[in-house]
Amino acid sequence: MSVVEKSQPNFASDQEVRWCPGCGDFAILSQMKKIMPTLGVKPENVAFVSGIGCSSRFPYYLETYGMHGIHGRAPAIATGLKRMRPDLQVWVVTGDGDALSIGCTHLLHALRRNVDIKILLFNNRIYGLTKGQFSPTTPPGLVTSSTPGGTAHEPLHPLSIALASNATFVARSVDTNARHLGDVLRRAAAHRGAAFVEIYQNCHIFNDGAFDHAKDAAVREDHTVELVHGQPLVFGKERNKGIRLVGTDLEVVELDNGRSAGDLLVHDEASQTSAIAQMLAGMEHPRMPEVLGVLRDIDLPTHNDLMPDDTVSVAARADKINQLLETGETWTVGG
Amino acid sequence: MNECQQVEPVVRGSAQNAHSVVVRFAGDSGDGMQVAGSQVAVTSALMGNDIATFPDFPAEIRAPKGTPAGVSGFQVHFASSDVLTPGDQVDVLVAMNPAALKVNLDAVKPHGTIIVDVDAFDRKGLRLAKYENNPIEDGSLGEYQVVEAPITSQTRAAVAEAGVGHKIATRCRNFFAMGIVYWLYGRDLDATIRFIDTRFSEEVAQADKLALTSGWNFGETTEAFERSYVVPPAKPKPGTYRNVTGNEALAFGLVTAAYLSGKELFYSAYPITPASDILHKLSRFSECGVRTFQAEDEIAAICSAIGASFGGALGVTGSSGPGIALKTEALGYAVMLELPLVVINVQRGGPSTGLPTKVEQADLFQAVMGRNGEAPMPVLAASGPSDCFETVIEAWRIATKLMTPVMVLSDAFTANGAEPWNYPDIRTLEPISIDHPKAMTHGEPFMPYERDEWLARPWALPGTEGLTHRIGGIEKQNGSGAISYDPQNHETMVNLRAQKVKNARDLMTSLEMEGERSGELLIVSWGGMRGTCREAVKRARGEGKSVSHIHLRHLNPFPKDLGDLLRDFKQVIVAELNSGQLLQLLRAEYLVDASGLNKVRGQPFRIDDIAAQIDTSLEEKN
Repeated sequence: MSVVEKSQPNFASDQEVRWCPGCGDFAILSQMKKIMPTLGVKPENVAFVSGIGCSSRFPYYLETYGMHGIHGRAPAIATGLKRMRPDLQVWVVTGDGDALSIGCTHLLHALRRNVDIKILLFNNRIYGLTKGQFSPTTPPGLVTSSTPGGTAHEPLHPLSIALASNATFVARSVDTNARHLGDVLRRAAAHRGAAFVEIYQNCHIFNDGAFDHAKDAAVREDHTVELVHGQPLVFGKERNKGIRLVGTDLEVVELDNGRSAGDLLVHDEASQTSAIAQMLAGMEHPRMPEVLGVLRDIDLPTHNDLMPDDTVSVAARADKINQLLETGETWTVGG
Repeated sequence: MNECQQVEPVVRGSAQNAHSVVVRFAGDSGDGMQVAGSQVAVTSALMGNDIATFPDFPAEIRAPKGTPAGVSGFQVHFASSDVLTPGDQVDVLVAMNPAALKVNLDAVKPHGTIIVDVDAFDRKGLRLAKYENNPIEDGSLGEYQVVEAPITSQTRAAVAEAGVGHKIATRCRNFFAMGIVYWLYGRDLDATIRFIDTRFSEEVAQADKLALTSGWNFGETTEAFERSYVVPPAKPKPGTYRNVTGNEALAFGLVTAAYLSGKELFYSAYPITPASDILHKLSRFSECGVRTFQAEDEIAAICSAIGASFGGALGVTGSSGPGIALKTEALGYAVMLELPLVVINVQRGGPSTGLPTKVEQADLFQAVMGRNGEAPMPVLAASGPSDCFETVIEAWRIATKLMTPVMVLSDAFTANGAEPWNYPDIRTLEPISIDHPKAMTHGEPFMPYERDEWLARPWALPGTEGLTHRIGGIEKQNGSGAISYDPQNHETMVNLRAQKVKNARDLMTSLEMEGERSGELLIVSWGGMRGTCREAVKRARGEGKSVSHIHLRHLNPFPKDLGDLLRDFKQVIVAELNSGQLLQLLRAEYLVDASGLNKVRGQPFRIDDIAAQIDTSLEEKN
């Protein structure tokens, strides 16, 4: 991969990275710098747009075009940018508070419109930049700065929301799982249309260990299922467990217990309905292992495809505009 | 195009010359009063009259039928000389039901004409309007010339041969009423017949035309009217004209600004009264480089426009006061980013939902000051329907020259009102030149906040090699654009952004003045009240009174010569449809002892309001 090594500096900006030492964001940034040079796109043809929060500093650290936005609004900013500049590869970097609380509307609508942007939601299940309040993805019971008696409500599930918005690409990965994250980011970049990626990201200051089940090398294979298109859902350190569809529910089965891989649910990321994907998104630790990888990847017309595209050249426009002005009743007053 | 200067008014035997006529059609929201009024306007304009219109309608699409809450009106003023306003008081009121009479009676001139649909003055109609006695019969209309026209029954009888159903037959009432007015003022029927033919199915069109001509015949054959009138053509500046509303002119102005600057237009909006028509209009102009976006909310509307501007487009968002309130944070963001952006506020009555369809000028403070932090931006206001065209082009000129968001204020009166417009050939307009920095291939660092002689930063477009850079709402180091918390840098940036906006003064045309540049009394106006104030001052000057008028298009910053001008008058009156917002800004800026003439009733000033103030001010001096 000497090409990658050589090109890598092109995507690192000269800005000092100011996340807390040990933050999961470093690992994501590092993967991003690593994959960008492999995508065949020049730095000047890439734009990163973010909102507000720790994750939203991301654009400053990449030598591309970038906009650090206002809280929750990155998908809206990116929608306008992509509409007028279809030639750019546009990424949105957001967090659980940014995308699912203050900016939830924009996320839903960017996904349903299938705007050709890549949305990375760094989910750490906490507000970090404002010092540790619960977020819309915080699990109930967690004691936070603003919930001394424990967080009360059920969380939102980012993947479920993306699927409910009819997102055409939905995936999940983990900050420190470099190989997996790199693959998912490349898949997102290659998708034509809105791509939504939830990335489990550890905030070791305010919510340390939130994703140990999916990160810790000793246990993660027993608590996560890596989705592979066309393959049965097998998981476990010993690859001896799988996921089966029973009636309208999913269940974990032991393969060496008289079950074979043939009994298992086979992953189909191209399914036109999102029903099974929703079931996969609903698998939650500790009741079930959690899925990683691409839940859905389908091809639908993008926002730009669906909008009128009959603009004439600037030179030809003058006559057209003059015609507009003359539409309807006009009259001439002689000199 | 029609060569209409040859059109001769239809003259009746007893016709008499009239110089200026104001007609108001009033009825239920569904009675077609807007169509009636605008057809009289178009017809009059085609006949060479100068015109101005004033639609006045409720926010509800169909308020309870027959009640005062549901009354919709459309006023049109046509004359043989310059028309600056839709008129204070009406010569003719057409009242399609008792509620319409009740709501509009105050607007009728003493001895004016009231045409009522007597069929609608039945017990039910009177009860819905909360009339205890029938006003036609109880003598309360004694001072007016009341014409009792059986509009509903006559219309139904007239359209019978078209074979339309009862419901459609009843809907033709507005055309019957128009027919009466067309006869009364010798209006040509051709334009309206053309309109009917293009707008409706053959069957309905036939019914409408029958109703129209029957109305005309009613005027001619009954002896309800003493005489008919002729309003000779005005003598406007030579050129080609069309009628235009403020919202139409904004749409035309935006598409023209995009053309003049070689840009594509991105117009993003969330539906809101009275600004939605701009979106409707522009969504039909995609051929001319227009991309419209109906956003999920007001915030997405402005944010997507900012994204579009970052990409190199003419980013524009339009709304009304409540929507602008939601955009506030993003406005500050645009100030910080120093990107060009045009934000349109078609003001309505506030606060909160307020009076959605009525006029007010109470968003001036919001425009000039309504953001967190030190966040100035240029603010321009259109002075009338056709001026919206030039104002929005100037806004884009300033936005790109200074790399700043610019606020354009219109109002419900200007947005929906129409006037003749001597529209230009857009190829003759001055281009808007924009320099985007070129690619840099030698590895030298690009400085996104380096400033030119206007203090503007470069507008570097994504896709340009060597200019990759990041911008954001967090404070930046002047020059390099790196994040900076340095105290001195912040103050420098605050001052630079303020000075940059002040530099807009050097891009402005000089103040347009009626009367002497010094003297006893100066009337100051802004926005849609130009015509009313100008007319009142012209009349007062005609009577030998010492009064002048200036109208401000630029509300932030103020024009350079404004302070000296204000100080050269003994009295300064600021006339505005709010509680004194421009007044406070002028007093604070120039330490002048100006006073206010204010009205916050959801209605425009009348010429008489201004005239009375002129008389009072001049009397106080004596």
